[in-house]
Amino acid sequence: MGGKILLTNIDIPGIRGFDVYRAHGGYAAVEKALREMSVAEVGTEVNRSGLRGRGGAGFPTGLKWSFLDRKSDKPRYLVCNADESEPGTFKDRYLMQHLPHLLIEGLIISSYALGVNTCYIYIRGEFKYLVGILEKAIREARQHGFLGERILGTGFSLNIYVHPGAGAYICGEETALLESLEGKRGNPRIKPPFPAFKGLYGCPTVVNNVETLATVGPIINMGGEAYSKYGRGKSTGTKLISACGNINKPGVYEIEMGLPVEDFIFSPEYCGGISNDKYLKAVIPGGSSVPILPADLILNTVKGEKRLMSYESLADGDFVSGTMLGSGGFIVFDEDACIVRNTWNLTHFYRHESCGQCSPCREGTGWMEKILYRIEHGQGKMSDIDLLVRVAKNIEGNTICPLGDAAAWPVASAIRHFRREFEYHVKHPEVVKNIHHGAIELNAELMGPDSGTGIKYW
Amino acid sequence: MKVTIDNIQVEVEDGSTILQAARKIGGKVVPPAMCYYSKLKGSGGKCRTCLVKVAQSSAKDPRPMPKLVASCSTPVQDGMVVQNLTSPEVIEARKGIVEFLLLNHPLDCPVCDQAGECDLQDLSFGFGMEETATEDERREYPVIDIGDNIKLHMNRCILCYRCVYTADQLTDKRLHGVLYRGDVSEISTFISNAVTNEFSGNVIDVCPVGALTDKTFRFKSRVWFLKPMNAHRECTKCSGKVAAWMFGNEIYRITGRKDQFGEVEEFICNECRFDKKSISDWVIDGPRHIKRQSVISANHYEELKKQSVIKPIEGFMEKQE
Amino acid sequence: MGQNNHIHHHLFEKQNKPVKFSGSTLEVVHQLIKRYPEGQQKSALLPVLHIAQEELGGYLSVDIMDYVASLLNIQPIEVYEVATFYSMFYLDKMGTYVIEVCRTGPCAISGGEQILAHLQDVLEIKPGETTHDGLFTLKEVECLGSCGTGPVMQVNTEYYEKLTPGKVDKLLEDLREYANQPKPGDSTWVEKFC
Repeated sequence: MGGKILLTNIDIPGIRGFDVYRAHGGYAAVEKALREMSVAEVGTEVNRSGLRGRGGAGFPTGLKWSFLDRKSDKPRYLVCNADESEPGTFKDRYLMQHLPHLLIEGLIISSYALGVNTCYIYIRGEFKYLVGILEKAIREARQHGFLGERILGTGFSLNIYVHPGAGAYICGEETALLESLEGKRGNPRIKPPFPAFKGLYGCPTVVNNVETLATVGPIINMGGEAYSKYGRGKSTGTKLISACGNINKPGVYEIEMGLPVEDFIFSPEYCGGISNDKYLKAVIPGGSSVPILPADLILNTVKGEKRLMSYESLADGDFVSGTMLGSGGFIVFDEDACIVRNTWNLTHFYRHESCGQCSPCREGTGWMEKILYRIEHGQGKMSDIDLLVRVAKNIEGNTICPLGDAAAWPVASAIRHFRREFEYHVKHPEVVKNIHHGAIELNAELMGPDSGTGIKYW
Repeated sequence: MKVTIDNIQVEVEDGSTILQAARKIGGKVVPPAMCYYSKLKGSGGKCRTCLVKVAQSSAKDPRPMPKLVASCSTPVQDGMVVQNLTSPEVIEARKGIVEFLLLNHPLDCPVCDQAGECDLQDLSFGFGMEETATEDERREYPVIDIGDNIKLHMNRCILCYRCVYTADQLTDKRLHGVLYRGDVSEISTFISNAVTNEFSGNVIDVCPVGALTDKTFRFKSRVWFLKPMNAHRECTKCSGKVAAWMFGNEIYRITGRKDQFGEVEEFICNECRFDKKSISDWVIDGPRHIKRQSVISANHYEELKKQSVIKPIEGFMEKQE
Repeated sequence: MGQNNHIHHHLFEKQNKPVKFSGSTLEVVHQLIKRYPEGQQKSALLPVLHIAQEELGGYLSVDIMDYVASLLNIQPIEVYEVATFYSMFYLDKMGTYVIEVCRTGPCAISGGEQILAHLQDVLEIKPGETTHDGLFTLKEVECLGSCGTGPVMQVNTEYYEKLTPGKVDKLLEDLREYANQPKPGDSTWVEKFC
């Protein structure tokens, strides 16, 4: 089970406000860092904690910070990535809604460690109601001397500003986010140069996810060493998992890394099992971009070990039989879910969200959507399935930013694990035209003795 | 810095890109570039046709790079080993890119003014497949004017952004840009009646396909029937050094002078390009060099020997009758 | 859904109608610009466009965008490029209430498709259309980041979660009733930034 680190106080009434937050130990970490620790010591603690980026890539935060160009005489920036748009992910929103000061605290300490005096929170425009909450929290922190000039009487000054996006998934990619923050189209930049050298306004910049930054405060409080004792192996600490789909208790859960997937899905403390007493069919465990896995492979690895909620365990088997922890957007599908329709749905998403800058992504996402639309609507051909695999392969790795990969992986993995379902759609156009969700006849066929799909949890 | 590309070593300056190194070697080693334009700051990285494999990152770090990289925007390291045509992976990826670029392209070369000098045609010839795998309808945009003299066929556009950079960097007020996003992105002025700028005509020269064409030359002639000649005039706005495309003694169109990589040597002004079509406007310097492989080289001679033919005997024809 | 191959982007006309923020809004806009370093006033474009759309008629006409360009001292095309990129900006006149239903994966498997179908039936319009009385515009949008409480939709940037057809009917009724009054509890972009 493990303890909570981020959400310990979330149920306390009024914790969103400064006074209650402060009364429960809030801003102690800022005091500790700014008064007792040097810039280097804060960095060392974050390094020691083993904290990895919670936005999806899982890159070690301390290492990312160490890349920041400190020799440049330009101002440095910290940008908080609150453009949470990955389908299935709603943890940052939850965190900002209930614990805005935890994020502010993390921003102050991180800015101190990075030598930053201006920090922007780039939040997706749809979260308009959170803009007010964050602005209020910033005002409160300023009133109490935790923001502004000479914080706590030290020489350190910091301003935090909230900047709304306006509806573009691609702005979650850090360089697209910076472009958008500069008032431009959200076109990802060509790398190198990396933001650590040339980021916002051409200045050295660090971009971190909301959850990552919110974790910095607790790390300073408890010490990096103590934080790293949580979790398992290189997946240290806790992770916010946003669970949704066909489960009894959708919501945001803080889990200690290393929790068995099976426990997470079926324990009453977390998802509480599959809704309507149905069977588990498949899971996308890290937001829509990561490979989908059928029930047997999400619960156990091919080696027969129990699969755990950690970066390493979920990736066990690479893309042949594994997936990724990603952003922690945990989407559960029950026996009635139509994998083809869901895959088509997701390709529609990526087609709509591609910025259109580079050719493989611009053309490829649209092409995959068209092919999948045909298959799902009873106009597919057998050769379309292999064509999809080929198109996905031609996109993967050949694009400017990871959106191309994010669009290709769901398609490739769905076909890899549920090819029969695609074939069924081609063979039975009349059936699939009318039944979208819960293709019952299809299930009956797949569940037959020679189904060969390996979905043993049915 | 020493770099090896397709087993050929070359020495380049610090900060060069792989593509620049390859261009220094020249020939087949040079990856095709549809969006990069050395004279336009910020261009490149978008079309992905110049993807290459880095088999060895540097002398210090002999590991290969995990993915193919865009040669136009990847700086070289000392001791880097690059594979272009020698890597089957690169060829495969490039074929895929060409397929993507042609996916929504109308393939209207028979009625396109760019045919014969189109980078996408050349690329398809080099890396394209014989048949298309798509059975879906292609995107269709209306044809619009960008100013008085430029036609925009968005259907043919590959969104290289070159024209946007050109307008940004050459004119004082950019009037067109990339609008919308994803596979419905388009180059447009957004509002009707946008007027042009003195250097706007250069977008025609930088366009790698037939998306932006010269309205003063539209449908006048196939480019391979014309002879490109170096010509110059006194011009207050630009260098006045152009390529005049001639048929007999008539000038059909004026363009910038393009180098071996298809880039103009100097940008020219709209007056030279659109308004000076009379032979008396120009001093003709002589024929331009055209690669033998180009379709434009048909009937094109760099020099004409002195005419030496036997003259018929005077009055001979009359005698016969 | 699916296959839209004919692009209908048309060229827009400038009406040359005077547009202007109120004095108090202009004050907020100037404050916003100050949040960014000198010479980087273009950074304020997205927030200012949000305010413009909200306060100047519910969509971004060419006149409004040109006005915003002049406020930020940038070229109009730079505003057009941005306004057409982001899905929250509208280029055409919208209904009083813009209903945006999430269509993406998690919402779709928890009933989002039924909600959209229901709205189409009740309002008798398709996504992208506006009702004859000009009250409702129906739109499909991609993931709203509320997957645990799906199906979800936004009405003029306000979230409505865990929807059922019954809840939708009740909401439409309420909206019709409030159509001519300022919405209770509604908070504008300008207020958010104050």
